[in-house]
Amino acid sequence: MPDPEITPDTIAEHGLSEDEYQVILERLGRAPNLIELGIFSAMWSEHCSYKSSRRHLQKFLTAGARVIQGPGENAGVIDIDDGDAAIFKMESHNHPSCIEPYQGAATGVGGILRDVFTMGARPVALMNALRFGAPDNHGTKSLIDGVVAGIAGYGNCVGVPTVGGETNFHPGYNGNILVNVMCVGLARTDNIFYCAARGVGNPVFYVGSRTGRDGIHGATMASAGFDGDGGEKRPTVQVGDPFTGKLLMEACLELMATDAIIAIQDMGAAGLTSSSVEMANKGGVGIELNLDHVPQRDRNMTAYEMMLSESQERMLMVIRPGREQLALDIFQKWELDAASIGQTTDTGRMVLVHHGKTVCDIPVAPLAGDAPDYDRPRASTKKRVPLPVADVPEPRDYRDALLRIMGCPDIASRRWIWEQYDRHVMADTIDSSQSGGDAAVIRIHNTHKAIAITTDVTPRYCHADPYEGGKQAVAETWRNLSAVGADPIAITNCLNFGNPEQPEIMGQFVGCIEGMNAACRVFDYPVVSGNVSLYNETDGAAIPPTPAVGGIGLIRDLSRRGTISGAEEGDTLIMIGETTGRLGSSVYLLRIMGREDGAPPPVDLESEKINGDYVRQLIRNRRVNAVHDCSDGGLIVAACEMALAANTGVALNPVGPGPHHGWLFGEDQGRYLLATAARSVNPVISTARDLGIKACSIGTFGGTGVSCGDILEVSLAELRTAHEDWLPDFMES
Amino acid sequence: MQTAVIVFPASNCDRDAAVALKKVTGRDPLLIWHRDTSIPGDVRFVVIPGGFSYGDYLRSGAIAARSPIIRDLVARAGTGLPVAGFCNGFQILTETGLLPGALLRNRGLKFVCRAQTLAVTNIESRYTSAYAGMDHVTFPVAHHDGNYFADDGTLNRLEQEGRVLFRYVGNPNGSARDIAGICNGAGNVFGMMPHPERAVDPLHGGTDGLGLFTSIVESL
Repeated sequence: MPDPEITPDTIAEHGLSEDEYQVILERLGRAPNLIELGIFSAMWSEHCSYKSSRRHLQKFLTAGARVIQGPGENAGVIDIDDGDAAIFKMESHNHPSCIEPYQGAATGVGGILRDVFTMGARPVALMNALRFGAPDNHGTKSLIDGVVAGIAGYGNCVGVPTVGGETNFHPGYNGNILVNVMCVGLARTDNIFYCAARGVGNPVFYVGSRTGRDGIHGATMASAGFDGDGGEKRPTVQVGDPFTGKLLMEACLELMATDAIIAIQDMGAAGLTSSSVEMANKGGVGIELNLDHVPQRDRNMTAYEMMLSESQERMLMVIRPGREQLALDIFQKWELDAASIGQTTDTGRMVLVHHGKTVCDIPVAPLAGDAPDYDRPRASTKKRVPLPVADVPEPRDYRDALLRIMGCPDIASRRWIWEQYDRHVMADTIDSSQSGGDAAVIRIHNTHKAIAITTDVTPRYCHADPYEGGKQAVAETWRNLSAVGADPIAITNCLNFGNPEQPEIMGQFVGCIEGMNAACRVFDYPVVSGNVSLYNETDGAAIPPTPAVGGIGLIRDLSRRGTISGAEEGDTLIMIGETTGRLGSSVYLLRIMGREDGAPPPVDLESEKINGDYVRQLIRNRRVNAVHDCSDGGLIVAACEMALAANTGVALNPVGPGPHHGWLFGEDQGRYLLATAARSVNPVISTARDLGIKACSIGTFGGTGVSCGDILEVSLAELRTAHEDWLPDFMES
Repeated sequence: MQTAVIVFPASNCDRDAAVALKKVTGRDPLLIWHRDTSIPGDVRFVVIPGGFSYGDYLRSGAIAARSPIIRDLVARAGTGLPVAGFCNGFQILTETGLLPGALLRNRGLKFVCRAQTLAVTNIESRYTSAYAGMDHVTFPVAHHDGNYFADDGTLNRLEQEGRVLFRYVGNPNGSARDIAGICNGAGNVFGMMPHPERAVDPLHGGTDGLGLFTSIVESL
């Protein structure tokens, strides 16, 4: 086949700008051929190079006493004592899931699992953070159905429990849903694997599924907006095979117990290209691959197709010379294709040979190191004024408003979703979505300690005020971990935004990062891994800014943890934190008043920190029977959730003459509800006050309903029906 | 006492089963790879664990039922060796013919994972004797293909012979006559869709599953 000419159209089709192409010409000292152009285009795509975001991500706090590996590897690694490490990351699979929800979501799970086991960890938990369009938007239902089935289909088969997450609905996601998945794994601190290739002449092994024509240019697709006709892009979506994913995981973990692996990298976005470039670049070596040896699904695949395929369930590794047979035996046991396809070199170049001809010979360094790094213009989001309670009407009927909120798309039970996930395979799930609690709790096998996991962001707040919204997303994870008694350690994130070439979007992006970072620094809560997903827009309409945060904490003693469900009849309900009645950008405003205006609740990071530290201390000292954080819907929703979880009613004391909607539905931050036995009430409140923490008794558990003086009274049965029925009714309608 | 767990390529409850067996016997069970061809002579009880043995390709359990180890498993079960299959293990046992019937896709078509109440319908069996005095137990279920099906003649015979050991209270999957677990005519081979091995620790939310393991182990 004669080498096709590189025309301006070819360059544009590869998503490269003219300026970027000029840099390629300079670095090569000649025009690239089509394969080389494809490789540059993949490596310099937004998805792989972070060209619009890199300089801003560098602002994040990434160091800390427990950080073993921060951003830049397949996943972050933290020390959780006793030689144990937790390895975790969150990643988006938005664009593929919009086009083909089942496979998009399934391969998202497959990809994040590989990121974690590539580093030597056995995955122990999966989470997901999903954003769908308005329930009444055409297609929302089938997208939910497909995404949830895809996550279930992959995670359940692989045998890693899916233990929690979050789901939002908003018209801002109508054309562009978000599927963010997170995986947490456990390893020993002395057996962690990295992608940097070492040595010269070491064999490069390919393991896993054969390479096919699926997913070619997926990374480039994920770096552009949709024009409303995603159907045409279906061939760029990869197809997952969880069975092979499971075999690959077991084979890699078995091989990792030997000394055979020098370096290992999964083939995710931009497949063989990015994995081989990453390994060579990080190790400062060259790499030479003979593509004839690549296991192929199809005869007559071109070098271009092989290098840009995103076929799933594939790994690349550098094997210690002399251990080749050991590796091959393990792969054969697990019935996986494996082949030595090349070697490391000292040339610093990436050389590809196909059918006896050198089809690519380019320096490695510019592919990774010289990727564009843009300082895109940005416009700050205009600050909104706080919304005084007096400017928001009271509901006509508090009881009715509460039932509507408990059954609204933002608050209603997600049981329909999580009942499709195997939440307790591996038999170490101590708490999961099932309880409605604040964070999932996974025991570290054969110990009494556990990790706690949560994912959070409130896109309403980020849209109203990116900086405060960014702070709140981090603070809410920190609060949720504290509420189960875990010491928060570190976060991962998945930053989902619109088109960074638009200054307002770039302003949202930077605003959120700065807010997140402010919270990370106050909490000493570093970012150890993450992912950026830009160009989430359809026909020019961007999604709400959605920086999803995944937080991890450590519970040292499982006998001292917090749960949402432990309230007992006669317990006092105590509120920790200050309530002023913040209704701006609240669920009450959205679902009862049909408005989305007003500044979101500000997060006072200092009081957030002392409040959380205090709640964890109370849990550790066994001063509380149940704990729940106050978030969407305000304190009345949190109280109802505790009452439903314990199957015990709660009577709230009305405060003042009213109006009461700010008190009940306001979304002031930094608050927790505690259920406390009578004998502990005074010490809990007085110690709080000594520490300068706002704390007061606001009600008593007991009875069969939730009430607040003569303002409202509703039975648990009615609340439960409202809370449980919305999603199944919607899905079956 | 030596017990064993058979491990297929995508078994994923093998460790869970091993933990439960060790808890009851005090000894680590053997993990027998599916390509092995014989079960060691000193093994007194075998568990076929849950999971997706071959990714549920073709039919759940169908390919696993043709694994090399199965020939010896069937032979030893024929001479009275106790064999229990949970979830995918139950599917494999029906595919081998050691237990009658088949597990179809759940009636709701979706994977279902929840805490499931079961009625213990026969406490005379080797797998349920420890449940004497307990009408109900709660085990987790987590499956996509758990809808037990057999022809009426088979179902009648299972009931008449007291071989239905557990029934669902609130049928999660459409199983015929609410059947959750059955044994063979000799009473040594047992299969159920729910997961007793995930209910053996107070931190699992309950320990109802232990009785099943203690029953069979004490019968030996």
